Order: sequence, then C-alpha cells, then structure tokens
Amino acid sequence: MANYREMWEQLGMDLENHDNLCAVLPTAFGDVYLSQENRPESMDFWDMVVADIHGIRPAELIEEQKKGRKVFGTFCVYVPDEVVIAADGIVTGLCGGSQFWVPDGEAVLPKSTCPLIKASVGARLGKTCPFFRIADMYVGETTCDGKKKAWEILGKDVPMYVMDMPQMKRAKDVTKWMEEVEDFAAVVEKTTGKTITPEKLAESIHIINEKRKALARVYETRKADVIPISGKDALLMMQIAFFDDPERCAQMANRLADELEQRVKDGVSVFPAGTKRILVTGTPMAIPNWKLHHIIETSGGAVVCEETCTGTRYFENLVDETGTTLEEQYRAIAERYMGIHCACFTPNTERVDDILRLAKEYKVDGVIDVNLKFCCLYDTEGYVVEKALKEAGIPVLGIETDYTDADAEQLRTRIEAFIEMLG
Amino acid sequence: MYYIGIDIGSTCAKYAVLNEKKELIRKHVQPTGWSSVETAESIRTQLAESGIPWEEVRSVATGYGRVSVPFADKTVTEITCHGRGAVWLHNSENMTVIDIGGQDTKVICIEDGMVKDFVMNDKCSAGTGRFLEVMANTMALTPSELCELARDGGNTKISSMCTVFAESEVISLIGRGEKKENIAYAVVESIADKVASQSSRMSMNSGLVCLTGGLCECDYLREVLCDKLKRDVVTQPDDRYAGAIGAALMATGIRR
Repeated sequence: MANYREMWEQLGMDLENHDNLCAVLPTAFGDVYLSQENRPESMDFWDMVVADIHGIRPAELIEEQKKGRKVFGTFCVYVPDEVVIAADGIVTGLCGGSQFWVPDGEAVLPKSTCPLIKASVGARLGKTCPFFRIADMYVGETTCDGKKKAWEILGKDVPMYVMDMPQMKRAKDVTKWMEEVEDFAAVVEKTTGKTITPEKLAESIHIINEKRKALARVYETRKADVIPISGKDALLMMQIAFFDDPERCAQMANRLADELEQRVKDGVSVFPAGTKRILVTGTPMAIPNWKLHHIIETSGGAVVCEETCTGTRYFENLVDETGTTLEEQYRAIAERYMGIHCACFTPNTERVDDILRLAKEYKVDGVIDVNLKFCCLYDTEGYVVEKALKEAGIPVLGIETDYTDADAEQLRTRIEAFIEMLG
Repeated sequence: MYYIGIDIGSTCAKYAVLNEKKELIRKHVQPTGWSSVETAESIRTQLAESGIPWEEVRSVATGYGRVSVPFADKTVTEITCHGRGAVWLHNSENMTVIDIGGQDTKVICIEDGMVKDFVMNDKCSAGTGRFLEVMANTMALTPSELCELARDGGNTKISSMCTVFAESEVISLIGRGEKKENIAYAVVESIADKVASQSSRMSMNSGLVCLTGGLCECDYLREVLCDKLKRDVVTQPDDRYAGAIGAALMATGIRR
C-alpha cells in the first residue's frame, strides 16, 4: 500500500493513525474472509478492492476530479445516485463501519449515538479515511435525529447539503420527496456546472437500474436449495457497491451471478447440507462491519439474505424508465425511492410484509433481527417485526450490538442456541 | 456406556455422569477458577480416577467455557442444555426455565420437550449471579448469607440496574447506616425485578416455572420470584446441575 502514501498526505490525512488502521484490516479480512472454503472465483475482484481499499478507488476519484468532475459523498440509500450521475458527478458512499473511527466521533457526539454515525463523523474529523477527504460535497438526509444533528457538526468542516426526508408515505409525501429531488438536482447542477437534460437523466436512470438488476441476480441465486455463496461474500459485494463505479459494479456482479447460476446448476454449495438458512433484518452493515455474519456463519448458520440497506433495500424495485420529461423522471425517481421501507417512516407495515415475503422466498429457517445500539427506530420497530414473525411461525432472534468485539462471545452463545433451537 | 455432561460456567464448573439406563450416577461442582482449560483437565482426571473407562464415554461440553474442553465429543450451548436438563429433572415437557447463572440470566420456553424460544441478557450483568456476588462482597457476606438475610429486610430500594452503579448505591446505603438486612432485601429485589422484566419479553406458557443454575439454592430469591411473576416457581437441589445433566443427555445422542 506504500505507493499511496503521497496521495494520502496530499489529502491531509493523519498518516500515523491511518497506519494503525491499515495494520489491522488485512488480518481481520484474512480471518473473516480468506479462511472460507470454496469461495466463488469471481470474488477475486472484491478481494483486490479490499486489499487496497484506501488506494485504488480513491486514486480513481482523484483522477476524475483532475478532469473537473465532482464527487458527492452520501450516507443513505434514499439519496438518488441518478441525479448526480446525470450531471456528470460521481457518488461515493461514506458510512463508517469500524470501531476504529468511533472514538474520534465520540469526541464531538454523545456516547449514546449509534456507532454508524459516530464512526462516520470520526472518519472525517480524525482524517483517517481518504473517501471522507476526497468528497467535494457531503449529502445527508433527515432519516433520524442522530444524523440530523451530526450533519450540523460535519457541516462546519465540509460543504454539506441535507435532503429533507418525509416521515410518512402518503401521496403528498411522495410529491414532497419529488420536490426534494428537484432541489437536490439544482444543487448538483450548480456544483458540477453541468445541466441535467432528460436524455442524460434517462441514461443515468438506466445505468443505476442495470446495477440494481445485477445485484438482484446475485441475490436470486441465494434462493436456491444449495447455497452458492456465503452471506459474508454477498455482504462484501453490497458494501463495495456503495463505493464503486456503477457500471463496473454491475459488470462484476453479473460476472459473479454467472458463476453462481452455474454453481446452482451443478449443485455446488459453500455450506454442508442441513446448514440453517438465516435471514438478517435491520440496520445497515457498513464496511468493514462483518461481525454478525461471521458469528452466524461460524455457528452452524448461513446468511441467505439481508433485509437491510446493505441488502435488499439497496436494489429492490427499479425506477420507471419510460419518462421523457424531467418532471416525469423526477416523479419516477421519487416513487422508486419512497418504496424503500426504512424504519424512519410511520406507519411502516410494508417493511414487515417485505420481511415475511423474503423469509418465504429465501426459504429461511429463522430470522435474526439486528439493530445497532442506540438506533431507536429499528430497535422499536423490532418489537413489531418479531411479533409478526412469531405469528407467522418463523423463529426470530432479536439482537442489539455495536462495532466492538466486547459482546462477541455472548452473541455467539445466543446465536448458537438459536440455531440449535431450529433443530 | 457412560454419558458425561461438562458445564464450564463463569463461576462454577459442574459435571454429571449418566449410565446406560440414563440414571444420574455421579455429579460434582467446583469453582471454575481463572483457567477453564485447567478446570476441564481436572474434571477429566477426576473422572478417570473414578474408574470410568474413557473408551466407554460419550461427552458434551456446555457453558461459556465449552470450547475449552478439548476432550469433549461435541459442544452445545447452555440454553439447549438447561432446557433438556430441566425437562429431565422435572419430568415435564412444557415449562419455563429461569437459569440465573454467574454472568448470564436466561429465560427459556420449553414446548414438547424442546426449546421454543429464549431471552438472554446481553453483556450487562444486571440480574445475574455476578450482580449478587459483587453486592455480597461489598457487604462482607457470602451470596447465600445475603439471600437469607434479605428475608428479614424491607423498605429499601436500589434503583440502578448496572452492577457498577448499584455497587456505589450499596456503598452509600452502608455509609448512611442502613441496616444490612434492608440492603440485602434491596439487592434481591433488584435481581428479581430484572429477571421478571426479562421474562415479560417472552410469552411464558402455562406449564411449570423452574429455577435452575447457581442461585436455585437461594430459597428466598425463589419466593420473591414467585411473587413478581405471579407464578409458582419450583426448584430442587439438583437444578444447579441442569446444564451438566442436559449436556449428558445430549451425549446419549452421539454416534461414533
């Protein structure tokens, strides 16, 4: 990784502290990922990306910036990539998934803030993540109170634009979100100096839809009786999808899907027969948060689907491509994004419907509903989710955790016991 | 054939031996100490010295130190084992098992002899044996002395669930001259409240409610639990071996 030091230095990073992060990541990745047997060969792409996670893609982004393009850093699956790409901008995810960044976040945020927000703020203020240094503008949203207030703090350090998320899903809320998308488009146009035309927007809508279809193809293979890919590997693909170029992401996901479809035909599984099929629901798992998947998959279970923002919520449903005017297109975008069922909405019964549907489609033996500590929304909704699953006769285990390893052994006991209970 | 269950808990290590007819022929409890590995080794030595031929043994390890028993044929979690053990001990197929262990408290719902659902505290030690132990130490009592003393107390409350904060609360109660039995009463109330609140997260069936684990010998705690849960809570002396017995029963299913 040494050849990126100059780039990191120019980005104003805290190199000494960043070295500490670089020192632990390969071991963690080796223990969690490379120890797996019979991984799909196409995972080599993602292994390469992780090996130089703070090198390859950041260098690409900087090259594009030199050509005058702008990079927008986002934190949520509700922020429409289509709009940025139509104005020749680039989107990169910015969510922090490591305990490494939490202390720097806690320097300015209450300890009782969710680890995702603390890590994201810490990664910026601690100057230990190149993506957080590269982004020309951060785009936040009002999906929870912790984030809303964190944006105010981040906004002192970096240009920050915040989209106002509706809290309900009535027709007028969809219209309101469409207006928010239009306002955002104006900000993006101003930042990039490029005008969004119906032709360009149609093209970017198509690009992102193709990316969604490719990711969905990989998920589709996980519905098979044989399990062609581990949950950990599928999660890694999803996590990197937030950072990668959307067309390359689609290409790589399609390449992986080809291999997995062949594996299904050939009856190749990465788990022994009888491994319990688990659906994970709840809060997102930003890279490198592999904690829960790793515990599940080393305790006799296999994760076959994630109903999370780093799972189905990211790619399900497409934007209607038939619109020819900007108004029709913004409407189509708003409708697609308002169809994502996050716990920030009330009522949110559609999410429970989704979970019950996914449990059936992926033929799961049990559901593990996980929420990041201090995420009031998912924690509270967990009650409704667990109740609905129990009524449907689907075993469920509720878990609250953070990025530390302090509770790993207790979690292992609970998860092993849950899997034993599945028979 | 001999079926051995080894339960390495955070405070105590237990083992139970069943014979071919699934009769309990030997049981033992000892402190886990600082090394689960050494404790497991000492158990193996004891069993060998008792004349049990090792080639005729099937064994299962459970408890938080289950991975430290290299000679066990299999590991099974303490939740499954306590469930199995309680079903066997109480001869009941539908029941709720409350296991108050050294570092975890579990409420396990059993239907048709199988674990149907469970709740377990996360890393916080409120409502566990550790909580009682810390408070007993602060008051220069043994946990069982504290439990019995509590019977004569009343009118005092500890509001902190957190062990660290609750300990400070106990120290301030001592400082202001509160009677020892009243503080003991407050400690037991706090544990029972926590266990009751944990139970309320799960729908308990109408079957027996039984208390297993190290605290099952504290009769006053059992009485307070009856009161809080509005249910008859039963226990018997062998209930502290429920995990080990359950593990031994799991061992009967091992085929080599």
